[in-house]
Amino acid sequence: MSTIDSAEVVRLAGLARIDLTEDEVTRLAGELDVIVQAVATVSEVAGPGVPATSHPIPLTNVFRDDVPGETLDRDEVLSQAPEAEDGKFAVPQILGEDA
Amino acid sequence: MSDLTRLTAAELAAALTAGEISSVEVTQAHLDRIAAVDGDVHAFLNVDAEGALGEAAAVDAARAAGEELHPLAGVPVAVKDVVVTKGQVTTAGSKILEGWVPPYDATLVTRLRQARMPILGKTNMDEFAMGSSTEHSAYGPTRNPWDLDRIPGGSGGGSAAAVAAYEAPLAIGTDTGGSIRQPAAVTGTVGVKPTYGSVSRYGLIALASSLDQAGPCTRTVLDAGLLHDVIGGHDPRDSTSLPEPAPSYADAARQGAAGDLQGLRVGVVNELGGEGYDPGVRDAFQKALDTMVAAGADVVEVSCPSFSAALAAYYLILPSEASSNLAKFDGMRYGLRVEPSEGPVTAERVMAATRGAGFGDEVKRRIILGTYALSAGYYDAYYGSAQKVRTLIQRDFAAAFEQADVLVSPTTPTTAFPLGSKLEDPLAMYLNDVATIPANLAGVPGLSLPSGLSDDGLPAGIQILAPARQDARLYAVGAALEALLLQQWGGPLLAHAPELAVAR
Repeated sequence: MSTIDSAEVVRLAGLARIDLTEDEVTRLAGELDVIVQAVATVSEVAGPGVPATSHPIPLTNVFRDDVPGETLDRDEVLSQAPEAEDGKFAVPQILGEDA
Repeated sequence: MSDLTRLTAAELAAALTAGEISSVEVTQAHLDRIAAVDGDVHAFLNVDAEGALGEAAAVDAARAAGEELHPLAGVPVAVKDVVVTKGQVTTAGSKILEGWVPPYDATLVTRLRQARMPILGKTNMDEFAMGSSTEHSAYGPTRNPWDLDRIPGGSGGGSAAAVAAYEAPLAIGTDTGGSIRQPAAVTGTVGVKPTYGSVSRYGLIALASSLDQAGPCTRTVLDAGLLHDVIGGHDPRDSTSLPEPAPSYADAARQGAAGDLQGLRVGVVNELGGEGYDPGVRDAFQKALDTMVAAGADVVEVSCPSFSAALAAYYLILPSEASSNLAKFDGMRYGLRVEPSEGPVTAERVMAATRGAGFGDEVKRRIILGTYALSAGYYDAYYGSAQKVRTLIQRDFAAAFEQADVLVSPTTPTTAFPLGSKLEDPLAMYLNDVATIPANLAGVPGLSLPSGLSDDGLPAGIQILAPARQDARLYAVGAALEALLLQQWGGPLLAHAPELAVAR
């Protein structure tokens, strides 16, 4: 059983794109280790022959008629964006290095 | 006219239909109540007096003009802040959405508007519905109207407290692992988690998509049925919405209210109610069960052995789904954007800075736990195993419902605990939902109603569970038990709650 130490929390926070302070990393490492040990028992409950359930009430082939519907008002949507320009979302530069 | 805020939604609807009262009077009475007590209770994150009174006046005018109206037209309702409302700020209890005005309505809100029910405001909740006490709200906790130093449950503590404090006759909640039923139990109110797919999820800010379900928070079983009738039904905008037509839940509640339980097989779930449950909670549950037996019900003990793994499976599935669902909060299209204090301002670094500043502790904890459970090398052991447990829990339910028409348990292991007492111990907080989680994992419906007072003078709840798509059975049995208990008690349990101080 693996443990969640501070280095692992830093790695996971990077994957999840969440900046954490050092205090947060230390605290989360302790808390998550306890939680993971508690939930790890699931791997001992079900044998290999048990199928997985991803959805409580499975529905298949859910279609609707392909007809035009209402769309959101562009200006209303953009009015709630952190930044907008020329009728579009304005975002920071995408690439990290000098391209 | 007596205090309109003390009437049930069914009573208000009847008086409105008869023309004895106006919707403006009813709506204003609730707005006045909010102004008087919500400084202490903090059930609401925002109140839309103007919008609610505007709709109320329009309903009154339509009624005067002889228009055909929905039976609940003019009855006000509060909506949990995880449900989007066009033109009205929606935050899901998070700083990352502070001040966000949605450009669309959730389907259930559209249905409230079509029924012409004035929306009083948005209710407080744990951030993104992660919690069992409403203490994880970024805007401060809601307080339990029974004791302002105690939690109102969570995540929908605001909706339950609003109803318990007579600030609203009806409220909308959402239940991913107990967030409607657990607050109902600890505030002495009624809450229903419908069958998964009974109420559209379109416009719910998703926590865990395979578990989330919206439902009614009310003071009576009939009121819950009335509200479920409004918000339920198929929605082409939610592909998991159940396509078949549903019966009237209000009718089921009315039929049940005669109190006859002759021949009903009530299954007591062995795994829910023993160790870890307060003696006072168990006593209240047993008395409610005895009441059902006296009315003709047959009790059978049922065993659901896999329920012991439900909590563990839930705290893998929920964080996994949440970590994916909450990835959309990237600081680009809505809500907060924070730039890193140093270094290059790139999209990825803005996203990380925004989420670091905008998410609270519990949200960070669960996203990182979910990221762990889904990461390479752990997926099969954790997420995969949890999904298998889900299958076992469904099988347990199927076997139990062979022996019983409904299953019962205490809704929660304890009564409302003091604010702050479990904040430092996430695992202890998670245990509050031990009895409510299995229903979400299996998709079956559950109803909580007051079972009585525990030995500490605080309310306890009894949970009734039915097979998937048999929500009507919950309302019939729930209304029967409620009627029998009210006879015993000489009135609703909420009458035992102390009167709140009124601000002037």
